[in-house]
Amino acid sequence: MAVIRDVMPEFELFQPATIDDAVGLLDKYGKNAWVMAGGLDTFDWLKDRIKRPSVVVDLSQIKELTGVRELDGGVEIGAMTTLTSVVNNPIIKAKFGLLAEGAEAAASPQIRNQGTIGGNVSQDARCWYYRSGWKCYRAGGNICFADTPTAINREHAILDAERCVAVSPSDSAPALIALDAKMVIRNKKGERVVPAEEFFIGPKVEITHMTVLRPGDLLVAIRIPATWANAHFYFEKVRDRPVWDFPLVNIASAAKYNGDNIESIRIVANGVAAHPVRLVQVEAAVTGKPHNAATADEAGKIAVEGAVPLRHNGYKVPLLRNLVKRSIRGVEEPKWV
Amino acid sequence: MAKSPWGQDVPVHVAFYLMYVAVIAALGFFVVHSVWHRYYAKPEEFSGSTPAREVAKLPEQIPRHSLAARLFHWIMAVSMFTLLFTAFLPKVGVEFDWVKYHWMAGVALTASVIFHIFHASFVMDFWSIWPDKQDIHDAINRMKRFRGEAAPPPRRFAKYPLENKMYHMSIFVTGLAVIITGFFMLFRIKTPLFARNSYMFSDMTWGLTYLLHGLAGVSLIALIMIHIYMALRPEKLVISKSMVFGTLDREHFVQHHDPERWVVETK
Repeated sequence: MAVIRDVMPEFELFQPATIDDAVGLLDKYGKNAWVMAGGLDTFDWLKDRIKRPSVVVDLSQIKELTGVRELDGGVEIGAMTTLTSVVNNPIIKAKFGLLAEGAEAAASPQIRNQGTIGGNVSQDARCWYYRSGWKCYRAGGNICFADTPTAINREHAILDAERCVAVSPSDSAPALIALDAKMVIRNKKGERVVPAEEFFIGPKVEITHMTVLRPGDLLVAIRIPATWANAHFYFEKVRDRPVWDFPLVNIASAAKYNGDNIESIRIVANGVAAHPVRLVQVEAAVTGKPHNAATADEAGKIAVEGAVPLRHNGYKVPLLRNLVKRSIRGVEEPKWV
Repeated sequence: MAKSPWGQDVPVHVAFYLMYVAVIAALGFFVVHSVWHRYYAKPEEFSGSTPAREVAKLPEQIPRHSLAARLFHWIMAVSMFTLLFTAFLPKVGVEFDWVKYHWMAGVALTASVIFHIFHASFVMDFWSIWPDKQDIHDAINRMKRFRGEAAPPPRRFAKYPLENKMYHMSIFVTGLAVIITGFFMLFRIKTPLFARNSYMFSDMTWGLTYLLHGLAGVSLIALIMIHIYMALRPEKLVISKSMVFGTLDREHFVQHHDPERWVVETK
């Protein structure tokens, strides 16, 4: 187990004032540069001496990366906007309450005051074998220490595991995918816009990264289109304690109803795979059906098809099933079976 | 190298920059060979000839590769390309779900090689692809003549020129290395073939397995690039076409191959 030291190893610190300067630095230093947003993930890595970048690019001085702006009926959120600002923003609260709920579920008030939306979606896996510095698959090795008969893997993946069984720990990520958000990424070559659903990647595609961000890339903003504004939202996070904890499983859904029927819906779960999982089969199965207990039961069963629990995380199967049920039906009839 | 939980230094995989080394080595070979062939190579000269009456008895098209042998070659080629692309494209930034296609292609390659071993052992002339004393003797003479020393011209080839045999040996060694290591690596991932078992070897043995797999893999990049280059060279096209159509024309046969060393059924 790594021991947190009181000082960090030496690195060169840059505090650019503009996006262009930051992108220039990231391009110049490439793999050796570490992007720091709120610093909450960063300082763990640096103090544990697991990651040893030679350059840290601190984004805190870039004013253009903060704030929430209305954009074509939706919103654009600067990547350095704090989670507290997201939670308290009147437009987000009014139109995209799902994101406000997701952001508010993250960590503790103090951490949300410092943590940013960009950092929350870009944070690394919380697997303690990986965080302890073992050369596992995610660290570029050839073994997963969490997927062994004696491993402590209560918090790990039940879906889509491929060699690595770590999970994405973000609370805002499933809400953003449910809202069909777009991630605006800039690098020296220009700007690209990636759907949130494709921003997060699993170990099948790239085992050492959790997102499409690569050296030289900077997440500058998150755009939420008007498509799901004022839809029916559901967010729930289950964790070991009610505050300052990562999700065991969380669920976010955005639905539009036509009378009693579900006209369209997006459901996303996190904490069950290395990336937030959009439950497209559930969406297809419930679309056009009434949002009642029967539909919720069916959705719950479909959600866990193909789930492969590890030794200590079998509880995540009924947990995911029930969260999906509740996201369809609502919490008024919880059925913990 | 990595540190295991027990403090042991273990290898984890090959250094992936070696794939660039392999590509550069192959490109270097292309340049050197092209220059040598264009400016320095002497015209081919063989000792012995086939009398016209014997030539007349030969069929116009000389069978070289049976349909089974050609199918094996092309199945192996497709699986080898799939293996190389799925292994190395992610390393140059092309990201996709590569493990699934990689192990499937590996299984196809293994099956085709097992077939080839049986086919070559019991149906084909097993020894025709392995260098013999005459090949070594002729190679020494060819080298002497290239250096301007006195030596008799080499005999015409048997079914396969020495270069083919050497290439086959290289592919045999590297191919066997990736297949054997790849077989055990199948136990590290989820497939319908075996129950996962990461503990059949020690960390060090696993590390060396990954290392050998990678080394053989990067070697295959160079070997296959060289194979394609040679196959596309104008003077080799006759041989390359025989891997498609199965036959060589009679003129090429009598010019390059010794009917005593490669016995062909006559008319």
